[in-house]
Amino acid sequence: MTGPADLVFYLLAAMTVGSAILVAILPNIIYSAVALLFTFAGVAGLYVLTSADFLAATQILIYVGGILVLIMFAVFLSSRISTVKLSNPGRFRLPAAAVCLGLFGVLSYAAVSTPFPVKPVVSYQASTAEIGELLMTRYLLPFEVASVLLLAALIGAALLSRPEGREDAAPGKEEAR
Amino acid sequence: MALEKFLVIGAALFCCGLYAILTRRNAVAVLMGVELILNAANVNFVAFSHYVSRLIGGQIFAVFVIVLAAAEAAVALAIFLRLFATTGSVEVDMADTLRG
Repeated sequence: MTGPADLVFYLLAAMTVGSAILVAILPNIIYSAVALLFTFAGVAGLYVLTSADFLAATQILIYVGGILVLIMFAVFLSSRISTVKLSNPGRFRLPAAAVCLGLFGVLSYAAVSTPFPVKPVVSYQASTAEIGELLMTRYLLPFEVASVLLLAALIGAALLSRPEGREDAAPGKEEAR
Repeated sequence: MALEKFLVIGAALFCCGLYAILTRRNAVAVLMGVELILNAANVNFVAFSHYVSRLIGGQIFAVFVIVLAAAEAAVALAIFLRLFATTGSVEVDMADTLRG
């Protein structure tokens, strides 16, 4: 397939990988978070190109709208962000870069050289209805387990982020801390 | 537009996330690396589901991965805030109180 679709693919790939590299190497953590936004958006575009429309919308809603906001909250609430040295010092740069580049080479070689049994017909069709149906029938058990997991995460996060002190402490006292 | 290109993109995302996890000392930046790695896995799931199996199962796996990532980010934020209240920083090297 050539033409506009290929061009869009390469643009999205460049945006995704380029901003992912920026996430990894930028010294200021705020800039890293902003670059992460572009990575997530680019991955959502890649989902569209593989006819995963529901997943693209979910990616935008949950990653960009939820997880990135949580990360921004964590950045702003947790460190003296004005000084880069304090907020984000690095270490092991050279060995880590060597390991990652080597791993990237190995993975790319494996991906390119393996003859995957690719099926020839590429059909683009909406997947939302099918995903909903499968979640209610064949994948019902993982769906329910995921709901239990979300409940546990909710309770755990609320419990962890409470201020320290006795369980029956008055809320006004906690405000004063 | 073939399967290999998506796999190479997934590999690049994975390596960027790994680099962030290895080099960063700020816990929030390490969390960003974990998110990158989860996205790399999702790209691979969706690409294989589209090009090889032609079924929708890979996309459902990706949905579950996104759910896990959301839960993980919420719990991680709570842990970071608790860590910051306890030690005054979110550097992963400083959180060694339990070391024997």
